[in-house]
Amino acid sequence: MNLVRKGRVITLLGLGLLAGVYVRALAFTPVERLQGPAQKIYYLHVPAAIWTEMAIVLVGLAGIFYLFLQDPRLDRFAEASAEVGTVFATIVLTTGPLWGKPIWGTWWTWDARLTSTLLLFFLYVGYLLLRSAITDPALRGRYAAVLGICGMCLVPFIHLSVYLFRTLHPQPIILKPGPPSLPASMLITWLCSVGAFTVLYVGLVTQRYGLSLQREAQGGIGG
Amino acid sequence: MRELLAQAWTVARKDLVLEFRTRTAVLSAVVFTALVLTVFNFGRDPTAVAATDLAPGILWVTFTFAAMLGLNRAFQLELENGALEGLLAAPLSRVSLYWGKLVANLVFVGVVEAVGLPLFVLFFDVPLGHALLPLVGVLALATLGIVTVGTLFSAMVIRTRFAELMLPVLLLPFLIPPLVLAVLATARLLAARPLSESLAYLKLLAAYDIVFLGVATMLFRYTVDE
Repeated sequence: MNLVRKGRVITLLGLGLLAGVYVRALAFTPVERLQGPAQKIYYLHVPAAIWTEMAIVLVGLAGIFYLFLQDPRLDRFAEASAEVGTVFATIVLTTGPLWGKPIWGTWWTWDARLTSTLLLFFLYVGYLLLRSAITDPALRGRYAAVLGICGMCLVPFIHLSVYLFRTLHPQPIILKPGPPSLPASMLITWLCSVGAFTVLYVGLVTQRYGLSLQREAQGGIGG
Repeated sequence: MRELLAQAWTVARKDLVLEFRTRTAVLSAVVFTALVLTVFNFGRDPTAVAATDLAPGILWVTFTFAAMLGLNRAFQLELENGALEGLLAAPLSRVSLYWGKLVANLVFVGVVEAVGLPLFVLFFDVPLGHALLPLVGVLALATLGIVTVGTLFSAMVIRTRFAELMLPVLLLPFLIPPLVLAVLATARLLAARPLSESLAYLKLLAAYDIVFLGVATMLFRYTVDE
């Protein structure tokens, strides 16, 4: 079974798990007292946001190793991870406003979290544009690695600098010092969702990696 | 280390002499800065928004765009007559090549800012007075951050298609943190707040400079080597 097929199976599995998570979230997890049903988007929004950031870190790490080892597999992985990260960033940027409209009364506000996700999105888009503007695979891999490493170093600064502005966004309730401040049933649903997104990430990256291999075999420049 | 710095200075001097003899690029950038400041003046309703409310943002957006012009030029001029190949074949370490280019760019942007700042004070009637020295410090820290990343990227984009467009697209997300911090600090300074209020921003700016100076110094050779 080739990689694209394998990736497709894992992706479908991830989507199935996500559907399961939502069955649990809608039918068996309590409704949040203040936000009502709008809070249900949390199980999609936060795991996607976590993987958006994980993906850029993985792009940067792959870049570091690529510069040392010059192994094209690492470059292919970085490209796949960046594309999947772009998709996840898009999910975050879509689900955020959907939640923001009923809760905040506005689709978009220049809040710290929104801004930092938007910047990550632009970072991903820039990365993919740079790749598409270079035809030589070795040069493309090298430049992409340099940009990926810089991008990884930028993430903490984006966080720190945009957080200096006041934020409307709910404060972290799970990934924070101290115990999570939500009921166990919600926490379990959320953890299941993080698991489902992890499977989705692996599946999508595997598919994209396999596609790169096929394109290279056909002698295309798309990489 | 001495050797590195001496080589870096040779590269920087070459660029600066070239710039000084023609003066086209720096003059264009200065005129561009004056024009952007003028255009911004029409972008606000003077009866509704006080100039000082917008001033920090205007100052930094203008300087960012002006820096982008200078950075685009830094490696572009090495493409003519294959000068880049000569530079790479010369017995120069890549680190000093990067530092040299960095210093030349810093001087270029510094000159533009030195002309832009008085114009800005004049056009927007900003009460500068006592805040001048700290503001120069903010300018220096933020400009160092902008030029550090910009020099690295400008070496990359010359080998891509649409180089002039690619640089801002890649660079602007990286300029947001220094820009945010510089605007916050500038606003505090122009409002005559004590310097201690801006200290946290300045520290973070310095951290940005140090991190990216280190990262760029290490990564630069991967952007020019064949």
